[in-house]
Amino acid sequence: MTTLDQLWPWYVAGPLIAMVMLSLVYLGKSFGLSQNLQTMCSLGGAARWSDYFKIERSSRWWNLVFAFGILAGATLASEFIGLPTVIDLSPSTASSLAGAGISPGDGLMPEELFGRKSWQSPLTMLLLLGGGLLIGFGARYAGGCTSGHAIMGLSNLQWPSLVAVIGFFIGGLIVTHLVLPSLLPIISDAAL
Amino acid sequence: MRISLYFLLGLVFGVVLLQSQVVSWYRIYEMFRFEAFHMYGVIGSAVIVGVLGLQLMKRSQMRDADGEPIALADKAPSIPRYLVGGIIFGLGWGLVGACPGPIFALLGAGYSTLLLVLIGALGGTLLYGVLRDRLPH
Repeated sequence: MTTLDQLWPWYVAGPLIAMVMLSLVYLGKSFGLSQNLQTMCSLGGAARWSDYFKIERSSRWWNLVFAFGILAGATLASEFIGLPTVIDLSPSTASSLAGAGISPGDGLMPEELFGRKSWQSPLTMLLLLGGGLLIGFGARYAGGCTSGHAIMGLSNLQWPSLVAVIGFFIGGLIVTHLVLPSLLPIISDAAL
Repeated sequence: MRISLYFLLGLVFGVVLLQSQVVSWYRIYEMFRFEAFHMYGVIGSAVIVGVLGLQLMKRSQMRDADGEPIALADKAPSIPRYLVGGIIFGLGWGLVGACPGPIFALLGAGYSTLLLVLIGALGGTLLYGVLRDRLPH
């Protein structure tokens, strides 16, 4: 018997995500989150530095509300539904992580990288800031993120989105196979 | 009234993101090592349902909630923009295992360190805004 706090299978999660996207289209919007980064910069006064941030903010509120809904939904899920206590990783993934000093515990994220202790490790903080920088810069340069390109764009049969998704994968593969193997042991050492 | 619908849809999306673990750094890592089908299944089935849904909406000339025809803007054609921007995004995605949606989800799930990722992402957006005219699009 499957209960809500077990890992939701892909064939449940994927179609639900598509329904959220289709509902937004029905409401006259499109599905994507990275636009919020531009809006947030604009709210912070970034128009001083670039016209890119001179935007009609009234047309953007819905997306910030949507993002806030995501945040609240995640709180709801983690507080009331509960997360699977063990991330059931494939054995080869688990062993490569063990080799790098990362031990999957009972959370969604490795404590070595995302735990509260990271606030005391300048190296880890720098890594999280740097990763964020790449995400923000890349998503706005490419005009969309995983939601906007991989889900919305591909669903709308946009070839530029396919190019972007191929780019996402090139970047992700480079990091996972060439950077993380030497970076993870350093991070996990710093977390000790 | 309409604004609460966006909140509700976000709520559903947030619950799905968490319970399907697609916001998990481990799942992203596993995906880029091609060692599990889960992430491909989630994205793949979302796209299949998405393609069918959008085609159905367009072909039936369905109107949106305001009675307007459903018209989704085509993405501007370009290779460097999507490829280079995409690769840069992918480097960050692989590194911190989060993209804009999941950043909000993980913050909601109590991972305060995602604030650093969000601050970084805002910095990256600012940098893009400043450099935009000098980048190939």
